[in-house]
Amino acid sequence: MENDVSTMLKRKFTGFFSRVRKSRSAMVCICALFLTAFVLISMAFISPEAVQAAEGGAKSALPWWAWPLILFAVTFFLGIVAVLGGVGGGVLFVPIVGGFFPFHLDFVRGAGLLVALAGALAAGPGLLKKGLADLRLALPTAVIASACAVVGAMIGLALPTNVVQISLGATILGIVLIMLLAKKSEYPEVKQACALSTALRINGIYHEASSGQTINWHVHRTAQGLATFVVIGVMAGMFGLGAGWANVPVLNLMMGAPLKVSVATSKFLLSITDTSAAWIYVNNGAVLPMIVVPSIIGIMLGSIVGVRILAKTKPAAVRYIVIVMLIFAGGRALLKGLGI
Amino acid sequence: MAQKMKATEEQLAYAHLLDIGMKIGLIALIITFVIYMIGILPPHVPVSDLPKYWGLSVHSYLEQTGIHPGWAWLGMLNKGDFLNFTGIAFLAAVTLLCYVRIIPILFRNKDTVYGIIAIAEVIVLALAASGLLKSGGH
Repeated sequence: MENDVSTMLKRKFTGFFSRVRKSRSAMVCICALFLTAFVLISMAFISPEAVQAAEGGAKSALPWWAWPLILFAVTFFLGIVAVLGGVGGGVLFVPIVGGFFPFHLDFVRGAGLLVALAGALAAGPGLLKKGLADLRLALPTAVIASACAVVGAMIGLALPTNVVQISLGATILGIVLIMLLAKKSEYPEVKQACALSTALRINGIYHEASSGQTINWHVHRTAQGLATFVVIGVMAGMFGLGAGWANVPVLNLMMGAPLKVSVATSKFLLSITDTSAAWIYVNNGAVLPMIVVPSIIGIMLGSIVGVRILAKTKPAAVRYIVIVMLIFAGGRALLKGLGI
Repeated sequence: MAQKMKATEEQLAYAHLLDIGMKIGLIALIITFVIYMIGILPPHVPVSDLPKYWGLSVHSYLEQTGIHPGWAWLGMLNKGDFLNFTGIAFLAAVTLLCYVRIIPILFRNKDTVYGIIAIAEVIVLALAASGLLKSGGH
């Protein structure tokens, strides 16, 4: 299903693709290059001393322009890894940039929301036009999630930074557990639609070309699902993470929507949830263009290259690289929050 | 792969507007950032001073730079850094516009419940965008 979302992105940027070399070996070289660059940057520049020096306005050994440039390179890499690993950019962006760059977590979360928002806005039109994302499924969940994301954003900006850091670290490690343990169901069995979903007419017809099947889908446990979006919304707003990691299991496993519909609707849902939270960060001054714009451009260009690689190969191992990166970043956030 | 299914009228209307808005927003974001980087308009906070501020909490940052939160940036569009907020705000406003677009369609199709849900969403987004909701700071 991630492939379908990625395909939407791919079509959005067909013009760019023509400029990307087609051979697989070139792609592998690009990946290797950026992986190497990422490691070197981490080792050479983003040392604890450099970060510490730059935090709080102390004089950094690096010129001012180096950090946005490194940010661009790292987000480009994250864009590739996010597509290959089947995760949203926001969930990688906040813990990694928050943990290894000198930017305050307030600005990182604001940028994280805008990064996730830009990705969701880019994918949304294609997913809706194709009918993969379902507006009837998204609208009730979005109104709850976005209202709660506003609350989450306000809480996040009001809490002491170390409390947010600790909570962020714990959340990231929780996401790793979800990624490792949560099962996915292509077509969950929904014996009977619940009364609420029937009243809201949340259902659809799904044609699976690979099997030639036409699947009538409907959902159950709608009230429980909607209640869960209260928590998801608050966490999305508080940490600026996006929330695809939570949306998909709830839509798919709890409510019983088919996996492809769940992933596509989740991606579209982010464009609404993150919008409301992003406004809170914008209006409270927690958005620095020097952090936001290189990040958005970097992660979107990285996604384009990632989609290109994904079209040729399906590297399952990348998912484990993502998990390791999240464990590392989550652990770092936890330690930073604890002052260790 | 899924060939999928028929998208409803409101879904297509939403998608069409989202597509246009997203493209305009991203182009605006890139153009204004280029203007900022080239220095066509002088920034409120010099770029070379940014490392003094980006490690501060937002509360301290606003205090030290004398920036007023909320929609005050509209009055500072002659500054290179604040010009970037046109693209950012546009991207953040696209969803609101899409909802406004589908409300008449929902009511015309007598889909009253979803019409009300869409109105509720517009209220949530408008409230978030209004700048009325202030965070306590830390």
